[in-house]
Amino acid sequence: MKFFEDIQVGDVFEYGRYTFTAENIKNFAIRFDPQSFHVDEAAAERSHFGGLVASGWHTALAWMRLMVDHRRRTDEAMRSRGEPVAGIGPALGFRELKWPKPVYPGDTVDYKSEVVELRLSGSRPHAGLMTFRSTGVNQNGEPVLSLVSTTFVERREKSP
Amino acid sequence: MSKLHWEDFQTGAVAVYGPRLVTREEIVAFAAEFDPQPMHLDETAASATILGGLGASGWHSCCLLMRMIAEGFLLDSNSMGAPGIDEVRWLKPLRPGTQIRVRATVLDKRVSSSRPEMGFVKFQYEVIDEQDAVLTTLTSSTMMVRREPGAVS
Repeated sequence: MKFFEDIQVGDVFEYGRYTFTAENIKNFAIRFDPQSFHVDEAAAERSHFGGLVASGWHTALAWMRLMVDHRRRTDEAMRSRGEPVAGIGPALGFRELKWPKPVYPGDTVDYKSEVVELRLSGSRPHAGLMTFRSTGVNQNGEPVLSLVSTTFVERREKSP
Repeated sequence: MSKLHWEDFQTGAVAVYGPRLVTREEIVAFAAEFDPQPMHLDETAASATILGGLGASGWHSCCLLMRMIAEGFLLDSNSMGAPGIDEVRWLKPLRPGTQIRVRATVLDKRVSSSRPEMGFVKFQYEVIDEQDAVLTTLTSSTMMVRREPGAVS
């Protein structure tokens, strides 16, 4: 991760895509969100969704995994150039998570984040707080996920 | 017995689900699959981080909460899912070996103005440990089928 001072409001991080299948939708939901419209095709067809849909938590965790992988690749590239790497985390939580449209088997979702606010931390002088909005958009350009998260990012210059 | 409808949820009602033991193995397995950061994977690496030791991914806490409320009441209800999550706060780390419970409080309920067949029930959920410390809070509204569609509440 870049240091807090090197991040600008408006910076965009592009994480890549994840394709949902009936198999991975059900495999996730059986373990964490076993509502009938996430685990049972026949029941899902009778529901208001009209067919199997991914758990919203699955839609969010596909983003999380791609983001963590992206950060790791970024850190490796920085280290290979001999640049110092800033620590990131922990996250305090998130807010305004929305699932505007269901995710169906066969959907491919493209994830990215944009920095929306940067501020210094009162409690941790070695870190700043980065707030970013993350989104997932399906293959038709329709948003299927949006959330706002805040996390600590290490500063290059420490406050006294 | 028929499944729960929107009318069956009362503002201020509180229910507790669990307990459920969270093991080191499942914390590491979840993190390896969804959130492979060192503080969720490895004690030595985790002790060097702000978490000060191995702790579950915050998303793992959310997923455990989801599973516990599904088994606690959602699977016995006419839930239509949730349009989102208002807020999640990760207040304290979830450590291996913790017995968690989920406390669910009905904060509010309202009918849908656009869809008379359903209403919203707004819940605050808290993941709590053996000492009743709150580890995670989650606020979300669930869409629930109304027993009497379109009736005024």
